[in-house]
Amino acid sequence: MRESPPNIVLHAADVHKNFGGLRALSDIDLQIEEGKTHAIIGPNGAGKSTLLNVIIGRIAPTSGAVVFDGTVLTGKAPHEINQLGISRVFQTPEIFADLSVLHNVMAPAFARRDGAFRLNMFRTTAREADIRDEAEHLLQDFGMWERRHDHSGALSRGDKRRLELCMCLIQHPRLLLLDEPTAGMSRHDTNTTIELLRKIKSRGMTKVIIEHDMHVVFSLADKISVLAQGRIIASGLPQDIKEDPRVQEAYLGGAVE
Amino acid sequence: MFHLSHKDKIKLAIFAAVVIAMPIWLAPFGAAYPGLMQKFAIYAIFAIGFNILFGLTGYLSFGHAAFLGVGSYTAVWSFKLLTMDVIPALIFSTVLAGLFALVIGFFSLRRTGIYFSILTLAFAQMSYSLAYSVLTPLTNGETGLLLARNDPRIIDAALGASTVGGAGLPMPALLGTTVTGYFGFYICAAILIAAFFISQKIFASPFGLALRGIKSNQTRMIYTGFNTRPYMLAAFVISGMFAGLAGGLLAVTDPIAGAERMRWTESGNIVLMTILGGVGTLIGPVIGAWVIEYFENIFSAINKNMLNATFDFLPDGLQNVVVTVLSKFVGEGWHLTLGLLFVLIVCFLPGGLVEGWQKLVARVRRGRGSKPEAGGK
Repeated sequence: MRESPPNIVLHAADVHKNFGGLRALSDIDLQIEEGKTHAIIGPNGAGKSTLLNVIIGRIAPTSGAVVFDGTVLTGKAPHEINQLGISRVFQTPEIFADLSVLHNVMAPAFARRDGAFRLNMFRTTAREADIRDEAEHLLQDFGMWERRHDHSGALSRGDKRRLELCMCLIQHPRLLLLDEPTAGMSRHDTNTTIELLRKIKSRGMTKVIIEHDMHVVFSLADKISVLAQGRIIASGLPQDIKEDPRVQEAYLGGAVE
Repeated sequence: MFHLSHKDKIKLAIFAAVVIAMPIWLAPFGAAYPGLMQKFAIYAIFAIGFNILFGLTGYLSFGHAAFLGVGSYTAVWSFKLLTMDVIPALIFSTVLAGLFALVIGFFSLRRTGIYFSILTLAFAQMSYSLAYSVLTPLTNGETGLLLARNDPRIIDAALGASTVGGAGLPMPALLGTTVTGYFGFYICAAILIAAFFISQKIFASPFGLALRGIKSNQTRMIYTGFNTRPYMLAAFVISGMFAGLAGGLLAVTDPIAGAERMRWTESGNIVLMTILGGVGTLIGPVIGAWVIEYFENIFSAINKNMLNATFDFLPDGLQNVVVTVLSKFVGEGWHLTLGLLFVLIVCFLPGGLVEGWQKLVARVRRGRGSKPEAGGK
């Protein structure tokens, strides 16, 4: 199963990345199965963010390629990659702070429906009933409907994270990338975020999650890859990873409960 | 296609009423003569267009005067070569300025922030210099492009239309009616109202939402699947077309085109108008344009004698002091007043006069204890 799993959505094949003389990633071979939540963990400086940026096309790999559903992502612009069906949640929530909560959620839906560019000048945003309804439903699901007309810049960090998730979900992505979604959050906010991510698990989309917090990882992941010094040292089910001595040595320090 | 929200319909109706009634409410300010009101309308159109770029996307162009100039030259050429009718002249002005904006925008939008501003400024200064040098055959250099009795005017000649204006120079006309005085003002006013409507449509559309997204967070835009470059370029071209239309109207109301319309001071002027009134608001740029045009034309004409007459009721000594002090701020000194006003507004009301108005309304409402917060306008 580990060698040739069915329905690989994303495949990073033989990816290397050097920054000058520094080897950030080497020999990365990562396969993401459809419908699964795949966590990438590793100590600071292991190359997690670099890997994510390579996947999203922000950084071009020195060699190797990332293939998403038969399309090579390398060399594509971020908006093209999104249009293929990959949405991303950032470490620090990236939202439209000057716009209302509702408009924040509607804008990505337009990008999904109309493509990367459309001179949609003579329609009225408020009259786009389908998109408006969907945005309002989503906000309702995430408990933010009452705040839909608020300035999103004024939201708390936890609410911004929820809003950003809504913005990604309304695009119905095939693959959702989450970069440390609970970074800098209080225990309470972390738990709410875990609940949220559990909730969207039922939507059956594929997720790649980069995370520090073991609590988050083991409550969500179907599969875990461990990154250390730019290499994947182990990949497998959470239970196997927990018990893998190499992993414990490299990262967990034998302190996993 | 013509749908507006209820709120926007009311705004449009009020706006149209205010513009059409200009000859009435401007009279007490001494500004109710057609020549000036035409300018009020024309610069408001320019500012509305500029705001679609600067207000929505946050990209500050310092070269929009180039499009104003292109519009003027195009309109005069249309008068000289084709017909004295204003409709083709305005269409050509708008389209040609749009093409210019397409080229300049294509290059300038490769950079953001201050570099974008500098590139637009460079292009505009280049156009200004070219108009005075290499392009003299097209622009007639320092004299400015003028009409002449012996211009070909192919369409007019083919139709056998007698030149309007009799023995003198021909005059621009709309479907046979000479554009002068109040008729000229109402043409400009009608186009201003249409421009305001288009601006409302853009503000309320998904396209406008995308432009605001660009201003708010470019990173989120590209990772949300928007290709920001064509959105920016479209906004740039639309605002360039508004500027070209304004330039064409300047030539319609006064059929002469000179390169001074492309100077950087003119570009700076439109930035001041937009900021003074309120960047990114629908009505702000219009108000800014009116205030600045008023200062430039009325305030600058006040002289010592007029001040003396006004303060005649004061005792002699005091009258002298008051007049001497105030005279520094009017007439030649109108720039001083405008400058001070601008500094005060940028420091204390970054949202311009519109923000000032909203704060005032909010305070009054709070005072009455009816509503805690004023609705956004």
